[in-house]
Amino acid sequence: MTEAVADTKALALRFSTKTALTHAVLILGALIVLLPFYTMLSLSLKAPAEIMQQTGGFIGTQAPFRDDYCIKLGKEVADCMVNPIAYNYSTAFEKAPLLRYLLNGVVVTVSIFFIQVVVALPCAYALAKLRFWGREFVFTLVLFCLLIPVHAIALPLYIMLAKVGLTNTYAALIIPWTISVFGIFLMRQFFMTVPDDLIDAARMDGMSEYAIIWRVMLPTAIPALMAFGIFSVVAHWNDYFWPRIVITGNRDLFTPPLGLREFKGDADGDNFGPMMATACIIVTPLIVCFLLAQRRFIEGITLSGMK
Amino acid sequence: MSQISLSGIHKSFGSTEVLKGVSLDIEAGEFVTLVGPSGCGKSTLLRILAGLDSADTGDVRIQAQSVTQTRAADRNLAMVFQSYALYPHLSVAENMMTPLKMRELGWAGRLPIVGPLVARRACRDIHARVEAVAETLKITPLLARKPGQLSGGQRQRVALGRAMVRDPVAFLMDEPLSNLDAALRVHMRAELSELHRRLNATFVYVTHDQAEALTMSDRMAVMMQGEILQVGPPDEIYHNPASLAVARFIGSPAINVLPGEKLADGRVVLLGQRLFNVQSGQPRALFIGLRPEHLHLAAEGRFEGMISHRENLGSDLFLHLTLKEMDNPVVIRAHPDQARNVARGHNVRFDLDPAKVLFFEADGQRVTLDGARQLEVAQ
Repeated sequence: MTEAVADTKALALRFSTKTALTHAVLILGALIVLLPFYTMLSLSLKAPAEIMQQTGGFIGTQAPFRDDYCIKLGKEVADCMVNPIAYNYSTAFEKAPLLRYLLNGVVVTVSIFFIQVVVALPCAYALAKLRFWGREFVFTLVLFCLLIPVHAIALPLYIMLAKVGLTNTYAALIIPWTISVFGIFLMRQFFMTVPDDLIDAARMDGMSEYAIIWRVMLPTAIPALMAFGIFSVVAHWNDYFWPRIVITGNRDLFTPPLGLREFKGDADGDNFGPMMATACIIVTPLIVCFLLAQRRFIEGITLSGMK
Repeated sequence: MSQISLSGIHKSFGSTEVLKGVSLDIEAGEFVTLVGPSGCGKSTLLRILAGLDSADTGDVRIQAQSVTQTRAADRNLAMVFQSYALYPHLSVAENMMTPLKMRELGWAGRLPIVGPLVARRACRDIHARVEAVAETLKITPLLARKPGQLSGGQRQRVALGRAMVRDPVAFLMDEPLSNLDAALRVHMRAELSELHRRLNATFVYVTHDQAEALTMSDRMAVMMQGEILQVGPPDEIYHNPASLAVARFIGSPAINVLPGEKLADGRVVLLGQRLFNVQSGQPRALFIGLRPEHLHLAAEGRFEGMISHRENLGSDLFLHLTLKEMDNPVVIRAHPDQARNVARGHNVRFDLDPAKVLFFEADGQRVTLDGARQLEVAQ
């Protein structure tokens, strides 16, 4: 018994070149990915001088510094001494209506995901479980659509939205994304694994095809939907390109990534501290979501990759 | 008027003809089994009856109404699937409630939380019926569980319960016992028969297991290659098969088929031994079917074989005998006491019960030889 345990331990501790090499590569990759995050977090904690001179290490000295803007307003120097962290994060919220942007982000991403599900589930169900003429052709079209990059169709989409007068509305942010080919594909692949008997049983129980979708397929597809939801929310929460195109004037409709622009290219130069603080605030909801749903997320990726 | 009537059902998948004009009438309250080897089209026939597949041609009638164009949901049939097909996300009680909810509640009543408030009486009624059925099937303690937490036998009961909660025209069962272990299967056979008697409902049961068909059904339809070969009570099918294919499929161990011959002078000869005389006529080759229980070991028997295999079932002992005249072994049932002294490799003599001999034409059709019984001579 003890010998066996010792054996496993020895096995676990034994040096393996292959494993070590794998880990080295993974660590290197992780570093490359994490470095920008490190910079972002670090800059959001430091005073402007420390950022410019690249001193102070990760969190800076946290010594109070003089807020020039405050001086311009004609206040005493003593009143204008601020702590870098407090300054960066409070400016992020004061200078731009960040809460409003976050709310916009929530409205847009949730609406997009909701409508995507409403569209994708019936499509995926039909492609996976109904027999009709031309089904394979339609599915081929779906696969083909997966290959079209967003940027290729951005201009026609913009013109269409402009013609119907929808630019600078929530609708412009939401409508182009409501039909997710990826969602249809992912859900179709998942529905292929649902046994036909279950659907037949639902039919015998008196369900219509739509009832089958919402009462049987939706609940069984929760893991796949979670995965798809994470893809969708991450993509649209972080999207800078599309909101930048259709939201031209009305700042009330800015999504969080657009909010970052508030700190960019001002006459008095870039204000990196508050900008990075904003970036931190924007990514936090996603990171929290990811940590909460980490297992599901990985399941979802394997789900889409394996089948 | 029969409860369910299938007439001239044809079905092809691509170029494969799965059903070749099948007709079957099922009376109210009958337990009818469709039995046949895998791929004979029995499940397809059941699915066409259920409305889950559509026939290429042919007519399905339920209670004298043509339902050929009716959706499965509107045919008022209940089905139990081989895989049970329980909704994995719903508890046992909710699974059993689903057919009632879908049929008896409006969309408002089906809403998750509001529903029971809107249609309070209907919901209470549904609960009561589910509990009554659960009581009958002895699954009350399981009502709150999810299907994933149940054993195969329990799932099977829940699937039955889901079919039983409403009052369908007929219960359709597609190999419902084939996922259970052997002991449970035998137990459930008795229980299903009991259930059929109690409900007095029409059962259409599909199986590839001839034992299930023989033990449970009022009538059984033997299907092969898309055709019904014979319909009748199990006893009739077993003792009086219409063709060699039916005789071979029904019965375990399978019937022994030996080459025989009718000579011009009316003698019927098996392995060189005269069985009996019939009216003289055209000489012809015959297949002679002998069930293992109609053969017996006899010291003075006319046939001899070498024991190549012993199959001991406790109550019975089946001996596989190799005859020098034949390639296939002959299986014979022996009483365990009688066969205690015989071992593999021994030569034994055996004889047959002439009254039980079945004759088949070379093409497999059953024939009765005129006067076979009358002209029988003492051995």
